[in-house]
Amino acid sequence: MATSEAPPRPAPPPGDPGPKLPHGRGARRASARAGAWRPRWFWPAFAVPGMVWLVVLFLLPFYVVLSIAFGAVDPLFRTPVPVWNPVQWNPFQFQLLFDRVFGPGGFLGPAFVRTFLYVVAASALCLLLAYPVAYYVTRYAGRRKGLLLVALLAPFWVSYMMRMLAWVNLLENDGMVNRLLVSTRLLAEPFPWLAGQPVTVTLGLVYGYIPYMVLALYAGLDRVDQRLLEAARDLGASRRRTFVLVTLPLSRQAILAGLVVTALPMFGDYFTNDLLSGSPRTSMVGNLINDAIGSPGQGGQAAALVLVMMVLLAVPMLGYIRSTGRAARDAGR
Amino acid sequence: MRRWLTDPWRKPRLLEALVWGYLAWSVLPVAIAVWFSFNSGRSRSSWQGFSLRWYWEDPVLSVWHDPDLQRALLHSLRLAVLTTLVAVPLGVAFAIGLDRWRGRLAAGFNFQMLLSFVLPEIILAVALLFLFTNLLKAVQLGTTAQLLGLVTFQLSYPVIICRARLLSIGNEYEEAAMDLGASPVKALRHVLLPLLSPAIFASAVLVFADVIDDFVLVRYLSADAASEPMSVKIYNSARSSPTPALNALATIMLFSSLLAIALGFLVYRRLTRGERSQESTVEGFAAQI
Repeated sequence: MATSEAPPRPAPPPGDPGPKLPHGRGARRASARAGAWRPRWFWPAFAVPGMVWLVVLFLLPFYVVLSIAFGAVDPLFRTPVPVWNPVQWNPFQFQLLFDRVFGPGGFLGPAFVRTFLYVVAASALCLLLAYPVAYYVTRYAGRRKGLLLVALLAPFWVSYMMRMLAWVNLLENDGMVNRLLVSTRLLAEPFPWLAGQPVTVTLGLVYGYIPYMVLALYAGLDRVDQRLLEAARDLGASRRRTFVLVTLPLSRQAILAGLVVTALPMFGDYFTNDLLSGSPRTSMVGNLINDAIGSPGQGGQAAALVLVMMVLLAVPMLGYIRSTGRAARDAGR
Repeated sequence: MRRWLTDPWRKPRLLEALVWGYLAWSVLPVAIAVWFSFNSGRSRSSWQGFSLRWYWEDPVLSVWHDPDLQRALLHSLRLAVLTTLVAVPLGVAFAIGLDRWRGRLAAGFNFQMLLSFVLPEIILAVALLFLFTNLLKAVQLGTTAQLLGLVTFQLSYPVIICRARLLSIGNEYEEAAMDLGASPVKALRHVLLPLLSPAIFASAVLVFADVIDDFVLVRYLSADAASEPMSVKIYNSARSSPTPALNALATIMLFSSLLAIALGFLVYRRLTRGERSQESTVEGFAAQI
């Protein structure tokens, strides 16, 4: 939930002297005068446990995924057998995946298209709904700002599963939504919301991930200099022109950050789909991975799908990391 | 009407209505689910009167009397406490190290840490599952594997939050302490750590609340029904055999994380007393999150 608001500081760019700490022999002499010095290993020693942790539990797992995706399959039990030596890696899992996606009768292809469509629709809806809300809270909330902010943050503290469970209750055939629609004669009979409807899944994704968008937009809009808006208004721009010509361009970074932080988890989502639809008619890439993990002999396919997903999402992920790094550098100046 | 529309300083009524609509949409479904956890009947959509049947009155199906639900509740809390205890110290040390050490290696690890933050959880979950079932077979699936996975996934929160705070602290206070004769360790303990405490605390609250909510990682790394926490229980039964006991479980979960947040907020306010005005405490706490 830490948005671009609280990014870490990367190493300073070359040429920027920055605040130097006593380092090396010269520095040691300099601070020896001051009475105390830090040994050269002092700061790295703090980072070592975290580094070891990340190597063993973050880098190593991906090597295992590669070894399985490019590995062999046990001829008897059909379980994946990892091949640790990269020289012997074999891409047959990817050929199989390719056939299942693009080949004749490729039954995985639609899931990729569907994932893309649902995520694009849901992120766009998130942006359209969240922008006015974040805009209002930063510009017009006044003294109620703190309270409104608490209300906007509230969904973060409600378990995701509970929020989906709430909608399952409401959308059941005899649930409140159907009863309301039937009693107001908008529908002649209950609509099967939970039986594989793309609309339900997309709206479920919006409901699930919109708090991230609100927070990212709030953080960005809160940094927009109010004096610029006042200047625009003073110079005769209408409300709408001020918004289009000043506010909107200044919040471009926040919009991009918001889109990335909502879309990335949506791409890996499978549980929203399982709870609100459960039908293969709406299954997404996340469901494919989950199904492959759950069925015996499909471990290799799961590994291949995970790698494909990582490659497809590399651009937004790296873009986000770069932009937070840049924001931190600007803040540090 | 026309005059109202063209008034350049009119109050943004439409926007205001939209905000209230949004808040209602985001809160009402959950509020209704909480409300039905007190239903005396089996239904989760028609109200049959108030009771505590699904909390403890029902001798078989209530949360209190169903050992499965109870175990799930305790397991969620256990994972949240253990993960916070491991991830926060590890992350704080990592943040201090990365922030002060500035090497190429540090930059590389900073990148890895950020990558773990943006990576969709299912990718890390599958990768860790394969690690524990193929290479590090000594690690049993279940609580240990879940703890290791959760710490990896949550590590970025304390690091990101503490580094932002370190950026605003700077190193002058520490240098001053050392010029006055403090050893590096003493300067760290008596100057830097107290200054960092609000960030450490905020990240602890965040990690705790996030782990209670975690689903993808804990589900893949669980061994059997005994190591399935509340979120997995809700997932398993939401579409199959739902009684309001499930709503009751979710309600308990909701109130336990709300309690953690409220306590966290109060302590945060104490820790940052004198630093910021009362008004912006909420915003400061929110910004940390």
